Amino acid sequence: MIDFSLTEEQLALRDTVRKFVQTEIIPHAHRYDVSGDFPHDVIRKAWENGLMNPAVPEKFGGLGLGITEDVIMNEEMGAGCLGMTTSIAVNTLALYPILIGGTDEQIKHWITPFLNEPHLASFCLTEPGAGSDAGSLSLHAKDEGSHFVLNGSKMWITNAGHSHLLTVFATTNKELRSKGTVCLVVPTKTPGVSMGKHEDKMGQRCSDTRAITFENVKVPKENMIGQIGDGFKIALKTLDKTRTPIAAGAVGAARAAMEYSVKYSKERKQFNQPIANFQGIQFMLADMATKVEAGRLLCYQAAWALDRGMHKQGSYYASLAKRFSADMAMEVATDAVQVYGGYGYTKEYPVEKIMRDVKLVQIYEGTSQIQRVVIARHLLED
Amino acid sequence: MNILVLVKQVPDTETKIKITSDKKSIEKSDIKWVINPYDEFAIEQALKTKETLKTGTVTVVSVGPDRTVDALRTAIAMGADNACHVKADQELDTYLVSKALVEVIKKENAQLVFSGKQGIDDDQAATFGYVAELLGWPSASMVIKCDVSTDKIAVHREVEGGTRFAIEMPLPAVVAVDKGINTPRYASLPGIMKAKKKEIKTYSLADLGLGSEAPKTSVSDFALPPERQAGKKLSGDAATQVKELVKLLREEAKVI
Repeated sequence: MIDFSLTEEQLALRDTVRKFVQTEIIPHAHRYDVSGDFPHDVIRKAWENGLMNPAVPEKFGGLGLGITEDVIMNEEMGAGCLGMTTSIAVNTLALYPILIGGTDEQIKHWITPFLNEPHLASFCLTEPGAGSDAGSLSLHAKDEGSHFVLNGSKMWITNAGHSHLLTVFATTNKELRSKGTVCLVVPTKTPGVSMGKHEDKMGQRCSDTRAITFENVKVPKENMIGQIGDGFKIALKTLDKTRTPIAAGAVGAARAAMEYSVKYSKERKQFNQPIANFQGIQFMLADMATKVEAGRLLCYQAAWALDRGMHKQGSYYASLAKRFSADMAMEVATDAVQVYGGYGYTKEYPVEKIMRDVKLVQIYEGTSQIQRVVIARHLLED
Repeated sequence: MNILVLVKQVPDTETKIKITSDKKSIEKSDIKWVINPYDEFAIEQALKTKETLKTGTVTVVSVGPDRTVDALRTAIAMGADNACHVKADQELDTYLVSKALVEVIKKENAQLVFSGKQGIDDDQAATFGYVAELLGWPSASMVIKCDVSTDKIAVHREVEGGTRFAIEMPLPAVVAVDKGINTPRYASLPGIMKAKKKEIKTYSLADLGLGSEAPKTSVSDFALPPERQAGKKLSGDAATQVKELVKLLREEAKVI
């Protein structure tokens, strides 16, 4: 009944991503972390090797991979650099609204360029005043018959400065709350769309993050995904699919922190012996391993349910996976810095970067607190 | 042009090798198997050659048990067009492996054969030579540069001291490549999905007319290299240390 083995293709996919991370991501992660520059070259190579847009169905020319494959890929990439992982994987987040709510024509029209070119897309939900309360959107989409006119702004938008296409969530009438929301596809070069500055972040520094301002942006009605009132639903359905792979990125980062700690504790000598001989260190390593495995299992369980169309159960498991993996990665990375001692606190060693990077996973795509709210809601519903 | 690549599946380079109790083989149960790294360069060179010539097919061939198919699928995921598997569960010597490969080369009507210069498992560096000899084709090994035209091939071999040795050979020929000739591409995700559906031709030794052929060599025993001894630390004043060092270099290390 229970089987943890991966298929031959999943193993091959994991090997390819692992190799890619070893040669294309890890050697460059430190440099991009310091400079905060956008890793165009790495993203292009990721695209060339098919690591982007894995969820596009085969009938539209994609690979049609499921959440399980996304989880496997994100764990491997997360073990290399979580910032690059975010910038590589965010296309999946941005394109899911079109795949979920779009007509075949809309999917063909908007998605095909992403299979032919290393284009980037951004998912635009969060606003300066709408974070955890994502339903309280203020970006106004004025219905003018044949088109909408957008006015307002979005916040913390990943890849915004390099994006070709935005999936934007807006409201036609704020009073209607979610019933007034729409999902619109907006090419970034549309007049009136302007990007803010690249945020100078604590971690995931090479991942581009900006505010976006919309000023009288005219969007034709055919760019609407679904109907008026569908926007928020499409956003939630999208997040149900991406929450688990995001959690898997944290599992990968935690795994890397653990592996670095194991290696270092065997090399570092104090009191004439490797510090790995001391139980104080051994217990930290053992706890790291237990947490990493538990996080991965929650991710696999959520992916398994979601890939079988068990939406409700899958959404619940996804929240468990995201809540646990984000918090656990923060704990593991903090302990990894502790194992390294003073050296771990410097940028000469890789663990402080992991600690800064994973902090963001407790915040983006639903904070750890919001995940708990969702989990509790499942438990308490009648 | 039909280009054929000889691929060997070997233990991952990070494998900790353990020897079986009868010393005739290595423990294989926990090994992660990969494409021989030198053969990855050969696959890449074959793909590049096809791309340069803008025509032809690349076929990969491997001899071994069922798990060998994984290596062939990886090669297809990298871009090879076809794959042939000579299924053999028993250990074969280089002679028998080469005989089998030659039969497949003939069946596939190959005009150019690439391989790695050696397998990283037993390091014999013998297969390409056997194959060329059995076919009566010219061959070159340790190739670090290679230009193919329709009827001949120009290669650079790296020889002792970093000197390059340029050779031209008529086709058909066998080319064994060295590290540095190229950077092998990844098995891309679309490639992996394509490889899943690809049919792999399978032959037994009997299918190739080698059912009753006997090996020419056999392994007598395997041994691990001796464990590294701890270094010696000399003490005393400089003059004493120098004296001791010279003595050790002469009597123990026997280098002066």
